[in-house]
Amino acid sequence: MVESVQSPALATYGLIQGRLLFLIIPILGTALFAYIVARRLAPLLRAQADFRFDHPLLRIGNVLKFWFGQWRHPRYRFAGTIHILIFAGFILLAARAFTLLIQGVSPNFVMPGLSGEAGRVYGVVTDYAATVVFLCMVIAIVRRVVFKPARYAVPARHGKGHPIDAIFLLVLIAVLMLADSSFLATKVAADAKQGLTSESLAVFSLPWILRDLLISISMGNLQVIYLSAYVTHELTFFLLLCYRPFGIQFHVETSLFSIYFAKLDREILKPVRWGVSDEQLDQVKSFGVKSFEDFTWKHMLDFYSCADCGRCSDNCPSNAVGRPLSPRFLTLKARDYAFQTYPVFSRSKGNGKALVGGIYSEDEIWSCTTCGACEAECPLLVEYIDKIVDLRRGLIDGGNVPQSLQKPLKALESRGNPYGKMEKKRAEWASAKDFLQACSVKNLEKSNGASLLYFVDSITSYDDRMQSIARATARILDHLGENFGILGAAEKDSGHEARRFGEELLFIALRDHNSDAIKKSGVQRIVTADPHAFNALKHDYTDVPPVEHISQVIAREVRAGKIKFNPAKEDCVYAYHDPCYLGRHNQIYDDPRDVLDAIPGLKRVEMKRCRDRSFCCGGGGLMLFYEPKEDERMGVKRVLMAAEAGANVIVTACPFCMANLEDAIKVAGMEGKMNVIDLAELAGEHIVREDSKCDRSTAMEAETWKF
Amino acid sequence: MEILVCAKRVPDTSENEIQLNRAGNDIERDDLVYSINEADNYAVEEALQIVAKAGGSVTVVTVGGEDDEEVLRREMAMGAGHGVLISDDAFTGSDGRGIATILKAFVQKGNYDLILAGVQAEDGAAQIGGMLAAMLDYPFASLVNSIEVLDSKKLKVSREIEGGNREVNEIDLPCVLSIQTGINEPRYVGMRGIRAVASVPIPTISASDLNLGPGTVGRCAAKVKRLDYFLPVLGKGAEILHGSREENIDKVLELLEAKGGLR
Repeated sequence: MVESVQSPALATYGLIQGRLLFLIIPILGTALFAYIVARRLAPLLRAQADFRFDHPLLRIGNVLKFWFGQWRHPRYRFAGTIHILIFAGFILLAARAFTLLIQGVSPNFVMPGLSGEAGRVYGVVTDYAATVVFLCMVIAIVRRVVFKPARYAVPARHGKGHPIDAIFLLVLIAVLMLADSSFLATKVAADAKQGLTSESLAVFSLPWILRDLLISISMGNLQVIYLSAYVTHELTFFLLLCYRPFGIQFHVETSLFSIYFAKLDREILKPVRWGVSDEQLDQVKSFGVKSFEDFTWKHMLDFYSCADCGRCSDNCPSNAVGRPLSPRFLTLKARDYAFQTYPVFSRSKGNGKALVGGIYSEDEIWSCTTCGACEAECPLLVEYIDKIVDLRRGLIDGGNVPQSLQKPLKALESRGNPYGKMEKKRAEWASAKDFLQACSVKNLEKSNGASLLYFVDSITSYDDRMQSIARATARILDHLGENFGILGAAEKDSGHEARRFGEELLFIALRDHNSDAIKKSGVQRIVTADPHAFNALKHDYTDVPPVEHISQVIAREVRAGKIKFNPAKEDCVYAYHDPCYLGRHNQIYDDPRDVLDAIPGLKRVEMKRCRDRSFCCGGGGLMLFYEPKEDERMGVKRVLMAAEAGANVIVTACPFCMANLEDAIKVAGMEGKMNVIDLAELAGEHIVREDSKCDRSTAMEAETWKF
Repeated sequence: MEILVCAKRVPDTSENEIQLNRAGNDIERDDLVYSINEADNYAVEEALQIVAKAGGSVTVVTVGGEDDEEVLRREMAMGAGHGVLISDDAFTGSDGRGIATILKAFVQKGNYDLILAGVQAEDGAAQIGGMLAAMLDYPFASLVNSIEVLDSKKLKVSREIEGGNREVNEIDLPCVLSIQTGINEPRYVGMRGIRAVASVPIPTISASDLNLGPGTVGRCAAKVKRLDYFLPVLGKGAEILHGSREENIDKVLELLEAKGGLR
């Protein structure tokens, strides 16, 4: 076969023949990469156990959806599209890159299956793929250098970022694409000059353009360019491979594993230690994460996989209001720590140093509302809530708990509610005079015989304002003819926040108490109006009857025609605020909206942040006691979002959202301009009741809802 | 440094609604939850911090009944090495001097360099610390809000005085200090910590162990006797608001504005 240019394999470089050189470079490059990866795995071997080996089909499904399908990327339209193009380009170019590497040793190598027509089609596709990846790199570099999207910025309190790192890697990939295309284009140009036929290049692709630029160059120079392009490709390829484990691009290798091993049941918190039952917890020496090695191997893998895209923090309400927490830096600081403590080219320095007080501050760890916005956004399914809870378990175990949280935790222990109120007053909301006339609520502590339990939980039982939610809920159940009751003094706090604040044993005590009381009551179903209690009963409790949130009950009965609504007030525009533990954590987005839409004439708007991008109100349960360091309240931001959407009433379905948003309206000075109402209250206000007694009392309570 | 902290179990003011009983001689004790007296908790934390720096051990002692063991366990879960319950029927009805006498007898059986007490029990009279020091003939500083160990013989302590000012003193060991809340940030005691010390035996010390006869402690020896227990009657100009929380807040604001308290 006549060749217009000498192939890299046959050329000599100094004294070394190409064949040998291009055998040595890949062997050295691959060996170095293997060594680096092995060193990166060192901390994972010293990490805590994590059980991620079940449900292989589900996991493969996740890989197809989130890795291969790039499912979450379009949530950020522009950056996501660029990423999808680069990812697709990489996948397509893989065979071409390997062919090129092998041709350094065996000049006429063709990848099996890619000869003939298939090869020609693959050639055209990869010409375009290389072009697209190259252009994407240019755009990505320009974006980072010129436009500097805010979410990539590194606030001083989180230390130094790695801006050069990202740009350096982008440049390397651009060089790789350019080298690949130049190599191809030079050959075609040389062939054309010699009058040889060669493969045709895809029109307007990078190699096609380069060929036109190269065609006027002398044969001698073409030969030099040809070989240089090859060497550049070879070196860049292995430089990239070996440099990636030192920065944000390690995700190219680790993402597949991160996604395969990603948590399947996100609603359920990680146990204190995998494989240790509640009964064996007393034997566990240390709770939670205190030092880096207390993380599980999967959580360490998460640290490596983070691509520093900033989407988590861009959606984190704590970060938005200037609290010290930013999920992105929770990961990046841990990764920097891992890289320093377990370096590639020197001895590991793993010394079990405390993370909180070192790379993290206590305030950072207590700032999280566990709203889940970060996890809903992360394209790589990095887990945050479990890590935060594990770090809190460590703090609780060491006694490092803010003074503001100690009293409510102690009160939960001795009184079963964070307010330290008397147990016997837990059911007092049901004996309000006006309410009693309309409906009486069975106390199952005293009498059995109800089939449905209304689990009220602490805030709705004790808080003056929230008691109205309890009464509205009870009246709806009463209207539906449900045979229901409450546990009264036998009910204790669900423990949902105790658990999420890391006080696992307190949670277990509360759960066991409530589970017993529920079992004793003999009910077959549970309803609650508190999404936190709902989440606890549904996912944290194992041995209780099925539970529904009141919004699900109302929606179902509306569909069944058992609930009909009177027309809505004309001067109100409503916006529904998704509570985190109803929406993101339990995917109940449509039921509450369906209820609102079933009220004739109700004007409803959506806030920009809604459904799985809903913005946390400030957090529930113990978070109401915590005094965070912040620039403004989450609730205030949320109320302004509702105003921006054109609403003057925020409807929510959670007592904690109610508490935070009502406060926020006052802080924002929007009293009279904005109101909050609970879905159960709103539904109760509009229900068409046949019972005149109820009508009268609803009308009375409705007075207090007048805006 | 061997440190003794005198602690007391009291009705938790943040978790109870304190009301007088019908007889008017005590508060209503049904449905009460108890915890360690807050200032005593700060004293234990301070003792733990001193020991962490200077070495030694912390013993927590309380005079009371079986139920009072609970607070000793909580403080042991916090990190105190020993808990001691001083309990005897003969102690019932002791006045402050009686309790101080009991504690004095206990202190003399041990070898303590430093004795801490909370500045005041929430249901008490802020008298034990001072009396105990006098009985032992030890120096005493009250309202202490910082402690620095100078050497094995001396401490530097600062005291809270009028107007939020501080006074700094050097005090010889052994001594008694009454600890003001806010001196530190007491660590959290979780369920796990309490469970870990649940089965640690707590020694009980009786009157005979301390050679205390009925003439020195108990009801007969008490020289202070409670005569009455009542809520003060409304004075001139006092006004109690009875509305809902919101209404009360509005009313308070209105009153403050009307009287020139708000500008």
